[in-house]
Parts: sequence; structure tokens; C-alpha cells
Amino acid sequence: MKVRFWGVRGSIASPGPNTVRYGGNTTCIEIRTDNNELIIIDAGTGIFPLSQTLLAELPVTANVLISHSHWDHIQGLPFFIPNFIPGNLLRLHGAFDPVSGKGVEQVMSVQLQYSYFPVREAEMKARIEYVTLAPEQSIQIGSATVTPYLMNHPVIDFGYRIEANGKSVFFTGDHEPPQNIYEPGEDGYAEYQTFVDEKADSIRRAMHGVDVLIADCSYTEQEYPAKKGWGHGTFNSSIQYAKDAGAKVLFCTHHEPTRSDDALDAVFRQVLLDNPPQAEGPDYRLAREGESYEF
Amino acid sequence: MSPELSQKLAAAVDGMPAFPKSVQKILELTRDVNCAPKDLVQVIDKDPVVTVKVLRVVNSAYYSLPKQITSINHAVVYLGFNTIKNLALSIAAIGMLPADNAAGFDGQQYLLHSLATAGIAKQLALRVDDADPMDCFIAGLLHDFGKVVFAQFMPQEFRKALETSQSDASSLHLALRALIGVDHAVVGAMLVEKWRFPADLIETIRHQHGPDLKDTPAIACVFAANQISKKLEFGFGGNPCVEELPPTIAKRLGGTLDEVIVSMGDLTSVFEEARIFSKI
Repeated sequence: MKVRFWGVRGSIASPGPNTVRYGGNTTCIEIRTDNNELIIIDAGTGIFPLSQTLLAELPVTANVLISHSHWDHIQGLPFFIPNFIPGNLLRLHGAFDPVSGKGVEQVMSVQLQYSYFPVREAEMKARIEYVTLAPEQSIQIGSATVTPYLMNHPVIDFGYRIEANGKSVFFTGDHEPPQNIYEPGEDGYAEYQTFVDEKADSIRRAMHGVDVLIADCSYTEQEYPAKKGWGHGTFNSSIQYAKDAGAKVLFCTHHEPTRSDDALDAVFRQVLLDNPPQAEGPDYRLAREGESYEF
Repeated sequence: MSPELSQKLAAAVDGMPAFPKSVQKILELTRDVNCAPKDLVQVIDKDPVVTVKVLRVVNSAYYSLPKQITSINHAVVYLGFNTIKNLALSIAAIGMLPADNAAGFDGQQYLLHSLATAGIAKQLALRVDDADPMDCFIAGLLHDFGKVVFAQFMPQEFRKALETSQSDASSLHLALRALIGVDHAVVGAMLVEKWRFPADLIETIRHQHGPDLKDTPAIACVFAANQISKKLEFGFGGNPCVEELPPTIAKRLGGTLDEVIVSMGDLTSVFEEARIFSKI
């Protein structure tokens, strides 16, 4: 199995001299099974450079899994080049949104409104199919078993576990470990804590035993208090997940758009000092645009 | 208004159910971006009707969660605070609308008309100076509430007025004024006043039509939204008469009724949203 990062930036694409080393594109991860089946997680701006490489292997069947509907995870979809070429198939997977009452098709239709994009879906030459997924109900994509799990973000967010040929990877999407909304001692604290614990357990079970964990590490511990409730994790919360899961490697992603390469390196150096890697793993790494990891 | 009529209307308004405090509180809280999750949970928890409806939605096959959600707290952990907040707001707004009526008045069509008017008014508010989208949504939702009072407490007269305006596509406002002495705008305003809604919302409902029409940003949005949903025939509130925008309103919205409709583009999603809400 091979994982390649095409976009590792959170919130908004951030090109420029200060983000050259880690990259400025928003979330997009390419996964290839040992049979070379193509699974793409999230369609941030990173999907555009990825889609250019696909022109060498037409016709393509692209299975895109959308973690959630925020712009930085869907914005590249209209520029997925194979859409414009007959013979290709884009199969878009994602969650049902209980607030709008719509399935995953809305992430495409909302962007293809004529005022915002010149090509209508009917004019796209490839076949586009929509598969709305339900939490914890696995689907098969070629040799891969894909299972979505409900994570915690302001909108419905799926984390995905992908397993094929005895290998596995888990991506959290945007995720903040759920917190108790009551203060200790308040009515409701204890009851709420049982739900939080139950939810935390279900997330740990979902990640258990994965080879590769890719997790939302937007903030440092120092930054987190001011960002509580925004729906993003920290380096430490993701490291804890990786340890609990027994992952071989943790890729920290969703880098803050204002964090320069140097600042990101500095932050990560401190994270490693606070969490010294052990010989038996997990290995902690910063996700970097263009980097591949094969296992 | 004669003293007899005034008394009769006051009695009818008094006969309407109290506006649920929880709904008012939910609307208030969701207006505040800094509203704390636990405050909202507490408000919802205290209202068994909203609680049951939220749980019904989150546990529906539609969403197919892996496990049964048993409380609002539980729902917040699973679906997140914002999702529950938005669901509760939708449910609360719809909860204000009537369940049944007694004058041959089609409640489901009325609900669609009210929701479509609310959705369009909210969109129009985005382009009118000094109009608040949320206030316009609520005013749109409630602009015809006086009809519910008539349907429940003066069903004979109301049925006759509906038939009159239906027969020659004339204004229901005029038919009601001829048959009862006042139209639904007056009664609707009395009701929301009883519910202690803010003065500008009462004003929007009271002065939405005819000789009493006032020139305010919210009234411009609600008046136009009302005509647009009638013209595009989304739902039906019992009034077949579509009116052109008076000059003051046309000025605030930047065009005639047809021009405003064209400028709004595709309204399918507004109608689709209204349809989904009407089924909750």
C-alpha cells in the first residue's frame, strides 16, 4: 500500500516562499492498494496536481472519499481533470448531512452553480457517481475495505479506515477529541462524560492496529485553549491516538495556514522533545506535500 | 374596529396556545455565536416535544447512526454541537406552525408557503440595507399566522373568505376585511404581541399589506418573498392574488417583482429546504 500527500494545509491554500518545503495545497491524500486501485481522500486544492498525473493512466476510476464538506476538503473537485475526459469514472463517497437533508452530491452541486463555475455537471464528459455512506458500514472498493467513522467537527465529519491485503491506514479528517461541555461538579457532567468516554472508545477502536495514522494536528497545546470547540486536534492528542492504536507511523497534517515551514519545524521539534519517540514506535512525522510512504 | 369585533378577536387570540418559551430561548441562543453548548442542551432538554423530535431525526433510518441516541447530550457528542443547534432551530421554528385546522384550510400547503416565504425573505435580507436575515426568516414564517387563528376560531367566516378569493382570484385580505372586518395581518400581529415578540416583528406582520403597508427593510423583504412564493406557486396560503411590488419596496429591492425573481436565480434549493423542513 502506498500513501502520497498532495495537500497537507488546513483551512486555506497557502502558497508562497514560506510554505515551499511542506506545501501550500489543502487536504488531498492519494492511496494506492497493492493492486494499484486508486483511492483519494478529500478533494482540497491538492487534487489538482494529483489529477494531472492521472492523465498518464487513462481511463481512470477514481474513488474519492470526502471527510466533510468544508471548502478546504472539497474545493479542488471542479478541477479534477479526468472529469472532462470521456471514459473516466469519478465515484464520490461521503456523509449524509442531516441539516441540509442532502447526501454527498451537494459537495459537487454547490460548487457547480453557474455563477461560480463555468462547466455544468451535465457537460462533464466523465461519469460521476455519488455514494452516500453511513457510519460504520463498510464498503468494498476493489481489494480495499473502507469504513467511515463519525468524528467530531462542526459539521458531520467522517474518519476513514482503509484496509487491503493485510495493510491499513486511518485518516481522521478534521477532528477534535470530544470534550465535556460541563464543568466538573455541574449537573450533567458525569452523564456527559460517559458519552464522551464511549465516543472516545469507539474512535480508539476504529483506529486500533492501523499501520499508518494520518491525523489533524492543527494546534500546539499552548494554542489549543483559544481554539477549543473549533473542531481540530493537537499534536499531543494525535500522538496519544497513535500510541493507543499501536500505529507504526503517525503523519501530522492540517498544518495551520499561517505557520511557515520554519515555524512548523520549530513547533514539531518541541513536540518531539515533549513526546520522545520510542524504539518500538510509533514514528512521528510531519505530512509533507509530494511525500510518499510505502508499506 | 367595533367593540364586539375587538372582543371577539381578543378571545380568539387568547384561545391560541402559548408560544413555547423554549422555542423563544432557542431562537435567542442561536442568534448568539458565543452560545455555550450546555446552555442550548439545557433548553432543549426542558422541552419534551423538541427533544423527541431531535432524537427522532437523529435516530431515523435517514441518518442510520451505528447506535441508538438516547438524549440530547448524547446527540451532541455524536453529531456535534452545531449540527444539533441547527436541527433544533429548524424544529423549533416549525413547531410554531399549526398541526390542524377546521376551515378547509390546507395546513401542509400553508406550511410550505410559510417556509418558502421565510427562506426567500432571508435571502432578500442579505441585499437590503438594515434588514436582518434571521428576523426576516421568522417574520416570513409567521406572516400569515393570523389565518391559523381564523381557521380555528372563525372557521365559517374564514371558509367563506377563502372561497370568495378563490372564485375570482381576488385578494384574501379584501375578502376577510369585507366578511370579518379585519384581515389576518391584524390578528397575526395581536397574536405575536401576546407572545411578546419584539416590536419590529409585530410591526412587520401588522403592516405587511394594503393601506396599512409600512416602508421598512423587513417589510420589503417579507412582502416580496410572499409574492414570489405565491407567483412561483410553492405551497399555498389561501390567497391566490399576486401583487406587484409597491414603488417603495421595488426601490429597496432594486426592481419589479419579475426582475427580483430573475435576480434571485435558481430557487430550487430554497424550496427543497422548505420541503424537507415541512416533513420534520
